[in-house]
Amino acid sequence: MLRLIRHRLLVAVPTLLVLVVLAFVLMRLAPGSPFSSERNLPPSVEENLNARYGLDDSLGEQLLRYLGNLARGDFGPSLYYSDHDVADLIREGFPTSLRLGLAAMILALGAGVTAGIAAARRPGGMLDHLLMGVAIAGISVPNFVVAPLLILVFAVWLGWLPASGAGPDASLTAAGMVLPVVALALPQFAYVARLTRASMLEVLDSSYILAARAKGLPERTILLRHGLRPALLPVVSYLGPATAAVITGSVVIEEIFGLPGLGRYFVQAALNRDYFLVLGVVVFYGLLVVIANLLVDLCYGLLDPRVQRQ
Amino acid sequence: MSAAGNSVAVGATPAGSGWRAFFNQSRGVRVCSCLLLAIAVLVVFGPLLSPYAIDQVDWQHIAEGPSWSSGHWFGTDNNGRDLYVRTLRGGQISLLVGICATAISLLIGVSYGAIAGYAGGRIDQVMMRMVDVLYAMPFMFFVILLMVLFGRNLLLMFIAIGAINWLDMARIVRGQTLSLKHREFVDAARALGVPAADIIRRHIVPNMMNVVVVYASLAVPQMILVESFLSFLGLGVQEPMTSWGQLVSLGAREMESAPWMLLFPASFLAVTLYCLNVLGDALRRYNDALAGSLRGAA
Amino acid sequence: MRQKIVLAVIAAAAALILWRVFQPQQGEDVAAEADAGPTIAVLRRGNGSEPEALNPHNARTDSAFNIVRDLFEGLTSHDPDGKVVPGVAESWQVSDDGLVYTFTLRQDARWSNGDPLTAADFVYSFRRLADPATGAYYAASLSPVVNAGAIIAGSLPPEELGVEATGPHTLVMRLRSPTPYILDLCTHPSMAPVHRPSIEEHGDAYGRPENLVSNGAFVVSEWVVGSYVAAERNTEYWGNSANAIDKVIFYNTVDTSAELQRYRADELDFTGSIPLPQFNWIKQNLGKELHISPYLTTYYYGLNLTRPPFAGNAKLRQALAMAVDRELLTERITGTGELPAYGWVPPGTNYYTPQSFSWANLAPQERIAEAQRLYAEAGYSRERPLRVELRYNTADLHRRVAVAVGEMWKEHLGVELTLVNEEFRVMIQNIREKQVTEIFRSSWVGDYNDAFTFSQFLHTDFGLNLVGYANPKYDALLEQAAAETDLRRRRALLEEAERLMLADTPLIPLYFHVSRHLVKPHVRGWRDNIMNTHYSKHLSLQ
Repeated sequence: MLRLIRHRLLVAVPTLLVLVVLAFVLMRLAPGSPFSSERNLPPSVEENLNARYGLDDSLGEQLLRYLGNLARGDFGPSLYYSDHDVADLIREGFPTSLRLGLAAMILALGAGVTAGIAAARRPGGMLDHLLMGVAIAGISVPNFVVAPLLILVFAVWLGWLPASGAGPDASLTAAGMVLPVVALALPQFAYVARLTRASMLEVLDSSYILAARAKGLPERTILLRHGLRPALLPVVSYLGPATAAVITGSVVIEEIFGLPGLGRYFVQAALNRDYFLVLGVVVFYGLLVVIANLLVDLCYGLLDPRVQRQ
Repeated sequence: MSAAGNSVAVGATPAGSGWRAFFNQSRGVRVCSCLLLAIAVLVVFGPLLSPYAIDQVDWQHIAEGPSWSSGHWFGTDNNGRDLYVRTLRGGQISLLVGICATAISLLIGVSYGAIAGYAGGRIDQVMMRMVDVLYAMPFMFFVILLMVLFGRNLLLMFIAIGAINWLDMARIVRGQTLSLKHREFVDAARALGVPAADIIRRHIVPNMMNVVVVYASLAVPQMILVESFLSFLGLGVQEPMTSWGQLVSLGAREMESAPWMLLFPASFLAVTLYCLNVLGDALRRYNDALAGSLRGAA
Repeated sequence: MRQKIVLAVIAAAAALILWRVFQPQQGEDVAAEADAGPTIAVLRRGNGSEPEALNPHNARTDSAFNIVRDLFEGLTSHDPDGKVVPGVAESWQVSDDGLVYTFTLRQDARWSNGDPLTAADFVYSFRRLADPATGAYYAASLSPVVNAGAIIAGSLPPEELGVEATGPHTLVMRLRSPTPYILDLCTHPSMAPVHRPSIEEHGDAYGRPENLVSNGAFVVSEWVVGSYVAAERNTEYWGNSANAIDKVIFYNTVDTSAELQRYRADELDFTGSIPLPQFNWIKQNLGKELHISPYLTTYYYGLNLTRPPFAGNAKLRQALAMAVDRELLTERITGTGELPAYGWVPPGTNYYTPQSFSWANLAPQERIAEAQRLYAEAGYSRERPLRVELRYNTADLHRRVAVAVGEMWKEHLGVELTLVNEEFRVMIQNIREKQVTEIFRSSWVGDYNDAFTFSQFLHTDFGLNLVGYANPKYDALLEQAAAETDLRRRRALLEEAERLMLADTPLIPLYFHVSRHLVKPHVRGWRDNIMNTHYSKHLSLQ
């Protein structure tokens, strides 16, 4: 297992390198300068700005310098949020995204697995139709429709929950988190429920479950003790990358609920040509995916003894 | 799943095979197929029924609700353009994006996976390691970047969206290829000196069409959703063209003041995605069951 | 066994991380305390996008300026109506030639850490603003000051800047030409003083809340990037006793629909804007709380004058300008009180009479007929229509205006317009390169309340003359105006220049912007004003 961890981390280095270079090249191919605006920016001022951030050197030099800094853990300054370092922005944004994302994933996992099992118990039954109907609806309606709808109903009409997720008055409090977490969890719930149901059905059809049934074990024991563990394997392998994606934040949810997460930077930083911030969040994301995949592999070991022995 | 009959999933052999058997799976499958067909027909021919053009501004009726007398059956948007026509024409774009982007993702995924699987050894290892590397890419982010930086033409959009999910396809296809490449007919072809490229094209790929079709049917709704997300960010298709995603994201901003601007396009989008997902699930089940029965027969 | 241990360790670590993640953050405790105090007056402002910087030398957008205005105070400031009033300078004298301003600073001006604020602070701040090493975005605010241009360009050291502290509370500023709007310019956030010891200690991190020492009515206490900036009463501020607000929170409200929802859910005292699509709904349901006021901004379509079809084709340009029904546009499309623009300088500008196109008073049918005549004279017709591209940046409003204007041109002239939606910075680059761009949408926001901020935009040598307008007569009038000390003659020169420019039609003004806010009835002291500045210290809560 330690070997697995070491191996994964070794692979991570070239992965991240490719990621950085690709993002760097794409960003710099883009027309438009980080400092352009409709307002009056005399050429001399723009030159000063470029010089201040070292953007007047050759691209190769800039890339090497960036990689060198990165190796030392320096993510560089933000070109747009000029009072901040990229590292600061990530450090400040990540806890929000992480909380929100983890809460959403826990909710999606709990509700999704439960729904999946419930649906698989009697395939074709009323409950199955209902739950899977909800699940498919969950991946058929874009979340930029779901989120405002939730706000309209629960915050404006009913007044039960705050419309914004954050702020000193409702600073990611339990109440403030409910709506964004639900909106974020819905599509994940749908995937998890469908996956669980499908793999549960497959497992229930296998020979050892038939054997357990033949032994006359109670249905509950069969489902939860014998069926669930193997049925969760595909769910776990889905969870890894999905969690990494969710905890780096969602642009849509963050914009609509006014949350201070990381997700916005993926779009905003690109639009602002905030080169270092773009690279920073991309590297960070890559790192999270690597870690998440590692965790998935470890969980596989927990769930499936065969994998452990290998 | 859902309305689609589930009895088949539990290992029952489908009654017969082919399309008829597929449609006989359940009422849900039939209903969804009919709905999809109806939407497709409406989307293609529906715009001809309206007197309005997609970019025609009706200054007398700006942001007005559905009305029979004005001829704006779905109401108008806040530029006074007919929403019936725009919803249906938008559907053309959305479906086109779904299909073309999926085709592109299949093209890349299948060829990549088949080559890796067939070549095997060092090449396979390197190619699959590259897939591992690519899995760590925030693809959505690269799509946004591409759309932002290199303009908004449709072709680029297909490619950018399609390039997102070929990785899964590549993995599946590689696995299939590995299992196919030592089958007798492949060995025979190789013995006859058929070039590798032809073997892949003529013998390997056609033999895993089932898997590919299942995958594709589930990818189409995903692609449509990705397009709608791009539209939310304002990176959708150029005016005067539109798409469901674009109409829905504009409508979502006025859900209280002009609900029809959300309701019509959102219903079309949701129903289409719903049906596509139901059919995709049913197709997968049907395919699994078919494979199961073949295995059983062997 | 070893694997079991590793797994146990990982599980424990995961549990620990989860526990840490869901621990309340520090900020919340502070907020909870603030909530507990019953008497504290907290103003909650909707502030648009994330402020990019709080250091006055780094700030560049309105959302940052709104906060900087509360945190800092320049030599001059605004009253609730947006008029210039003394700030840190309590009075000033102007030499007869209008070239030397002598400011007398308040004796009681202090920094938020208690340090006295002196003329030397301003000298330091202005030199730093001009210094190329600073790379200040708004360095050009100083351009009327002697040597500023050369310093920004790096050809003179910052010490050569024409500002000088002749005593601890006396600041002398020397100008290149009489610049009557210099007092307006001094209200600009970039002209605020920065705290030298803090900058020398923290460098670029000066703008961080823990390092920021400021001199305005408030001092920043918290900055949660992406969510809000909170500032508390600055007890060292000279005008502190008149300030009724104890704490201000500037909320990020990028999505205006969400901002409206938050306002309706009583989470904001006033909004930074309103969602335009819901304007009618707002007017019906929140009409009393809706504040609309002219704003110093002109929305226009620029024409690339350096290439065909617009180069040297004034008739075509005029035809396009005439064929836009601005009344219809502002009533039916923008529809939130915008004024149709038949000229370039917005109404409400100080010492100025708005000018308009010579054809502005024609009846609509005559105007269309004239436009059609000019269009034909320029060599186009329904059979040989003008095919042209209009670039606009991604935003709902721009899209809607473009669609409407396109329809008008098509209907009246038969122009075949292609709409090109581009990302903002791509569009800016295309406009500046003047290669592929034909027509583009833009707006010009006055930096200070004077016609010159608009006139200057079309000067041949102006850095951002986006349309490529070059008319020596126009330039000469502007230069004459710049040297003029008599306000009335200066005004006449600028007005003449605008008429001259409008006759050439290098751009097509469409409408003058308005600022739009929703303000809760319990907010007192709110005044609509053309600068759209709303200092928290002028407001109170009931």
